[in-house]
Amino acid sequence: MLQIKNLHVSVQGKEIINGLNLEVKAGEIHAIMGPNGTGKSTLASVIAGNTNYEVTQGEITYNGKNLLELPIEDRAREGIFLGFQYPVEIPGVSMTNFMRTALDEIRQYRGQEPLSAGAFLKYMKEKKELVELQDKLNNRSVNEGFSGGEKKKNEIFQMAMLEPQLAILDETDSGLDIDALRIVAQGVNKLKSADNATIVITHYQRLLDYIIPDFVHVMYEGRIVKTGDKSLALELEEKGYDWIKEELKA
Amino acid sequence: MAQNEQDIIGEVTSSDYKYGFVSDIETETIAKGLSEEVVRIISAKKNEPEWLLDFRLKAYRKWVSMEAPDWAHLNIPPIDFQEIIYYAAPKKKAELTSLDEVDPELIETFNKLGINLEEQKILAGVAVDAVIDSVSVKTTFTDTLSKLGIIFMSFSEAVQHHPDLVKKYLGTVVPASDNYFAALNSAVFSDGSFCYIPKGVRSPVELSTYFRINAANTGQFERTLIVADEGAYVSYLEGCTAPQRDENQLHAAIVEIIAHRNGEVKYSTVQNWYPGNKDGLGGIFNFVTKRGMCEGDYSKISWTQVETGSAITWKYPSCVLKGDYSVGEFYSVAVTNNHQQADTGSKMVHLGKNTKSTIISKGISAGKSNNSYRGLVRINPKATNSRNFSQCDSLLLGDQCGAHTFPYIETSNASSIVEHEATTSKISDEQLFYCMQRGINTEKAIGLIVNGYAKEVLNQLPMEFAVEAQKLLSISLEGSVG
Repeated sequence: MLQIKNLHVSVQGKEIINGLNLEVKAGEIHAIMGPNGTGKSTLASVIAGNTNYEVTQGEITYNGKNLLELPIEDRAREGIFLGFQYPVEIPGVSMTNFMRTALDEIRQYRGQEPLSAGAFLKYMKEKKELVELQDKLNNRSVNEGFSGGEKKKNEIFQMAMLEPQLAILDETDSGLDIDALRIVAQGVNKLKSADNATIVITHYQRLLDYIIPDFVHVMYEGRIVKTGDKSLALELEEKGYDWIKEELKA
Repeated sequence: MAQNEQDIIGEVTSSDYKYGFVSDIETETIAKGLSEEVVRIISAKKNEPEWLLDFRLKAYRKWVSMEAPDWAHLNIPPIDFQEIIYYAAPKKKAELTSLDEVDPELIETFNKLGINLEEQKILAGVAVDAVIDSVSVKTTFTDTLSKLGIIFMSFSEAVQHHPDLVKKYLGTVVPASDNYFAALNSAVFSDGSFCYIPKGVRSPVELSTYFRINAANTGQFERTLIVADEGAYVSYLEGCTAPQRDENQLHAAIVEIIAHRNGEVKYSTVQNWYPGNKDGLGGIFNFVTKRGMCEGDYSKISWTQVETGSAITWKYPSCVLKGDYSVGEFYSVAVTNNHQQADTGSKMVHLGKNTKSTIISKGISAGKSNNSYRGLVRINPKATNSRNFSQCDSLLLGDQCGAHTFPYIETSNASSIVEHEATTSKISDEQLFYCMQRGINTEKAIGLIVNGYAKEVLNQLPMEFAVEAQKLLSISLEGSVG
């Protein structure tokens, strides 16, 4: 589904990612871990198409298409979803209106008819239950006045609404209490299928108790330096990252 | 609402100024230029009584002694008042009794504007007075309204049929000497709407005036006079468009509102005069004086405006809160794009005790435009326990536009409270990226964010107008972010 080859990314002349390779297939869950400032969030942003980052070398293909040539909104319409680390507030725009607009856009791109108002609201209600979001959400403005936990749940809710093929969750677990963490993780698990894939960026092994990854990657200095299964996450939790740095030096 | 959003979105991607067409209507005009003689001709053409001619002549003499104001944050090119035609009217046969007698081209014009003058096809609940160039061509629903005692007709007709009412109220809220453009209007105004709601009557329909400039080189000088007698209520809508021309055209109107004890008037405007092209060529100069007098105790006047058009806008809908416990409100969204300039805001003058006013102003600037809020809140010594709340927000799109806020606050007693809040913000890249990551393209994302920003004001508009206004906002900002 997603192939990243020899990716190099700079921000204002400073290279953040240098020579990253990653392959994600349908049905897989990948976890990306690593110390702060090693380019994890940058990778998520580049896949989503954030223009603040400049891809200087390498390629990303998504379902056979050159992803780097697609505008941001087309990447979303092709099924890429980014769960933001810091979801932004959009005052005065209700969640209902926001989701309706987004869903209609995506459906139109796929040649589907827009949902009727009734069908849309019913669909929205179902998805809200999935992440145990309260009813009042509909009329609230996008992320405005949401608590940290609500914002993250809201990201998963949007993911449920848009049914992406490839979801990238950028530190969705940070700032969550244990109940919210469970809800978010359950949401992700319920949405999992043989046709979609998830990349989970996290600092903590805790999340991976709930979301069982097929692969755990360690990112360091702009590259994936080690890949393993979920036991690698446990090892990291226990020993930290220093031993990996040591290995690299050796 | 979501379906409306979809329509808006559809429009945003395609349209430019869509009301820029010119209609081929036989027009009767007088020679260009302004003089006492011209004032007399206009008055004679309208078969006006002596007192009205006197009113005009006094105003004209006053105007001659005045100078155009230059205090606004506007760059106004000199206007040659001798190059303007002060009277243009669609030619018509004597008195019209039914729509069949109206020039079909004229009906077509209003159809194109989405205003249907055939009553059975009109949106239920809206009575329309259609003013083209300077003359009211058709007022709908007059019969239904007159059964309730509501008078709703063109200004010229009112002068003929209800001279006492017109004489009683004309110029009482905006005197001819009020300002340069008010004096000009008082001298040469050609038509407009008149509306009187008798004691205790709530108008069952929204009354609306639709203004259209058509003829070239003409100015439009209309007057609206609305009176809500004791305990009366009316919601009034005003819409405006003009053809696309390379020359600037002048629009200097006056709106006067009087609300007696317990009376309430809600006045909504969607102003979409031609704003000029992308390089700033052409467009309407919109110099308008709008003022409401809360004459009686417990009266209320509320202004809501969505301003997207005009090359230059100079306009400050105001309320004089004379009655005790009277309420004044001003809700505004002003959008400027390309080379448009707007200096707009409100005045709230508190005279009575326990009076209350609210100002919510949302400015949106894009392109190379300049958008200023100018507002005065004055609380007189006797207006004890009065309150004002003002909120002025500016939203900037791009880095070549300007937003300015000029609040003036004068309080003369210690028991009153005045609050002023102001913010300036930009549509952030993060907001746009967030929307786009959900599959929404840039233009639609801007439309969504801007409509969200203006929501507090749009919510004040009657339903049909709100939909129109949302579309306008999106269209006006089309292509404003590269």
